[in-house]
Amino acid sequence: QSALRSTPLRAINVDLQTDAALQVDISDALSERDKVKFTVHTKSSLPNFKQNEFSVVRQHEEFIWLHDSFVENEDYAGYIIPPAPPRPDFDASREKLQKLGEGEGSMTKEEFTKMKQELEAEYLAIFKKTVAMHEVFLCRVAAHPILRKDLNFHVFLEYNQDLSVRGKNKKEKLEDFFKNMVKSADGVIVSGIKDVDDFFEHERTFLVEYHNRVKDASGKSDKMTRSHKSVADDCNRIGSSLYTLGTQDSTDMCKFFLKVSELFDKTRKIEARVSADEDLKLSDLLKYYLRESQAAKDLLYRRSRSLVDYENANKALDKARAKNKDVLQAETTQQVCCQKFEKISESAKQELVDFKTRRVAAFRKNLVELAELELKHAKVIKTYFGCKTLRVCLSVMKIMGQAFDLLTI
Amino acid sequence: MAAEREPPPLGEARQPELEELEDGEDLFTSTVSTLESSPSSPEPASLPTEDISINSNGPKPAEIILDDDREDLFAATEEVSLDSPEREPILSPDPTPAITPVTPTTLVTPRMESKSITAPVIFDRSREEIEEEANGDVFDIEINVSDPEKVGDGMNAYMAYRVTTKTSLSMFHKNEFSVKRRFSDFLGLHSKLATKYLHVGYIVPPAPEKSIVGMTKVKVGKEDSSSTEFVEKRRAALERYLQRTVKHPTLLQDPDLRQFLESSELPRAVNTQALSGAGILRMVNKAADAVNKMTIKMNESDAWFEEKQQQFENLDQQLRKLHSNVEALVCHRKELSANTAAFAKSAAMLGNSEDHTALSRALSQLAEVEEKIDQLHQEQAFADFYVFSELLGDYIRLIAAVKGVLDHRMKCWQKWQDAQVTLQKKREAEAKLQLANKPDKLQQAKDEIKEWETKVQQGERDFEQISKTIRKEVGRFEKERVKDFKTVIIKYLESLVQTQQQLIKYWEAFLPEAKAIA
Repeated sequence: QSALRSTPLRAINVDLQTDAALQVDISDALSERDKVKFTVHTKSSLPNFKQNEFSVVRQHEEFIWLHDSFVENEDYAGYIIPPAPPRPDFDASREKLQKLGEGEGSMTKEEFTKMKQELEAEYLAIFKKTVAMHEVFLCRVAAHPILRKDLNFHVFLEYNQDLSVRGKNKKEKLEDFFKNMVKSADGVIVSGIKDVDDFFEHERTFLVEYHNRVKDASGKSDKMTRSHKSVADDCNRIGSSLYTLGTQDSTDMCKFFLKVSELFDKTRKIEARVSADEDLKLSDLLKYYLRESQAAKDLLYRRSRSLVDYENANKALDKARAKNKDVLQAETTQQVCCQKFEKISESAKQELVDFKTRRVAAFRKNLVELAELELKHAKVIKTYFGCKTLRVCLSVMKIMGQAFDLLTI
Repeated sequence: MAAEREPPPLGEARQPELEELEDGEDLFTSTVSTLESSPSSPEPASLPTEDISINSNGPKPAEIILDDDREDLFAATEEVSLDSPEREPILSPDPTPAITPVTPTTLVTPRMESKSITAPVIFDRSREEIEEEANGDVFDIEINVSDPEKVGDGMNAYMAYRVTTKTSLSMFHKNEFSVKRRFSDFLGLHSKLATKYLHVGYIVPPAPEKSIVGMTKVKVGKEDSSSTEFVEKRRAALERYLQRTVKHPTLLQDPDLRQFLESSELPRAVNTQALSGAGILRMVNKAADAVNKMTIKMNESDAWFEEKQQQFENLDQQLRKLHSNVEALVCHRKELSANTAAFAKSAAMLGNSEDHTALSRALSQLAEVEEKIDQLHQEQAFADFYVFSELLGDYIRLIAAVKGVLDHRMKCWQKWQDAQVTLQKKREAEAKLQLANKPDKLQQAKDEIKEWETKVQQGERDFEQISKTIRKEVGRFEKERVKDFKTVIIKYLESLVQTQQQLIKYWEAFLPEAKAIA
């Protein structure tokens, strides 16, 4: 095997926003019955485009088409293909809204309004998330030095008609399924081969372990965030109950109940926001890196595959030389495989370095923001409890308690 | 009332503070209208703790009006209804307590004067009540239930609890003493008190519920967290039960209670077992009562009782709902705690496999923070439960006791009515006999009439007595309820504050670590 030409590893700080040559974002989105329409907005100084600024409307399937075209392109075998955004999933939220509508008669007006607001907020949050994830995908492609030049990408950005990309039908989905199975089986075999290159060997070990642990952490983070939301919902219901108690109570407890109910309401809103922030900053981060680490693993797989091909070509060449039959053909094949392998290895190295940089930067940003948000929320809740009004309440209550005792004398 | 007023940041000008305080002021004026009688006490709109102007409330007390005046400090209104002469307002000393500590006595007199409508009755009652309260002045008794200990083995095992009493009351032999009691002893005590006092209208605090599942686990010797939790829950419930019982001035005098607290040996209360003869008899009686209740159509001439009945129904419903909500919260918080712990471990693992040193360290720190937060969640769940949820459960049972007492009153009324009917029949029989001229039977009839006249009088007296007792008891109950709820909710809110403070500490410690990722 030929020695890899060592290129100075440039640790590019990939900032996805500030490249003036090509800027892509999703400026608007519309949620219709069972699909979401994204308005993809491009600003570019590149000569490839007819205008400097333009927008098109795209749907989720068209993003998937673009992603798959990258994966299937042999030229891109040496790059980490940015993971495809997950399908927008409003089913659960829609179901809940529907159930709420059905159960409208069985709850008080306040409860209904409260729950409706809650569910609408949830829906909005999911919507924002899916927009963000589609945008990140496009930005990653736009920031990648090679992928941004892809023709399909330009068509995607510019062609203002429907791309007529239909979703895969059942047959194609089944084909995909088998392809994946073959690939993972193959991957197992291929990964068994120890890599001579230390860098890739280390990366492979690291990625496999990292991927598994990110998967675990992502799942657990999800569960935690959902629990948090349940607690917030419970506080909401308790607030409602206290409110009803307050309005019905005839003793002087009533105002007290109402105040405490208000407090619960405010706290609940904050708790809901805490859970939403955790979801965004932690769960989503982990989910994204789950997908990216999978993409990185795929890259390694492709490289290993090409290595195997290269080694097989070598063996075939030796055999051909020994038999002195079809030598030229074998030589050409071997050359092709060698080149492919070297090309992949070189770009893969850079890609993996970039991956690490991006990962560290993303984690840092999100962890800092998470901590800052948690602090902000905790402080706000504390001020609710510490606010003058409530402090007066509490101290008055205590004194009253003593006054009670005093005057039973 | 200001709905969405955001709390001003601390350290702002005084003006907004006052505004906020007025908000707090509103809290304490009861908005009870004239038509409702609110036997519980009003509260001071403001106390000199913060720089609130007492002046705004100064002149008010003098003009005590009996109608709905929100600014009225002493808005414990009375029902001035003329159709229930025997009803006595259970107010008297109670409104007065809630005065600003500054001028306790001066504000009492105007109050009294204003009640000139039914003045004589009030004064008499008030003196009587003050006397009673005066006796309760030396009311100083503290009960603790502790040290649950398993005694015996297998299915015959039981938990023995130490009941410690500290008191300065003279009726007890010592000032501090303790005994060992088991759960069935508590049930036996309750059963004795209930038989003696429930049917005359006293609200006897109900004992904690049996739990066959829980106890079996303990008996079988499962030393896991759920059985320790169960024992702790029971211990706390028993303590609350005893404390409530001794707070009741009448029950405190009871010899059975004294024996329970003092004597080292107590006869085993076998009648409390669920499947014993007495237990089954109880169940049968309960069923019979339920049927009877449906057939008694009481002619309620007393609006107070009618209203109270309704009120307690509502309260029961609301408390049950709130209780189930709080139980859901406890459950979810425990889940959150478990999930946070799982995430913490996972994050630690992730940190381990991360090969960028600073990020790795930050992730480990995150894991630690989440672990601590998990602890916090656990403690909060604990608080949610013991402080809030159990109280609600207690009150739901107490309200059942109140309803029971109201039912007894109905039965009493029924008895009285039945006696009247019988008397009427006897009179008619006597009249018939007079016409038929049978002298010997006549005498018997006259005797029977006398007997039933006495019974009718007795019935009427009993009914009036039970009504009077119930009014007093309900007043006491409501006072206690207010106190209890406030104490508990305050404690609960304080625990929430604590949690937030801790959270702040943890995240503040983590932030620099996150920022240090290079």
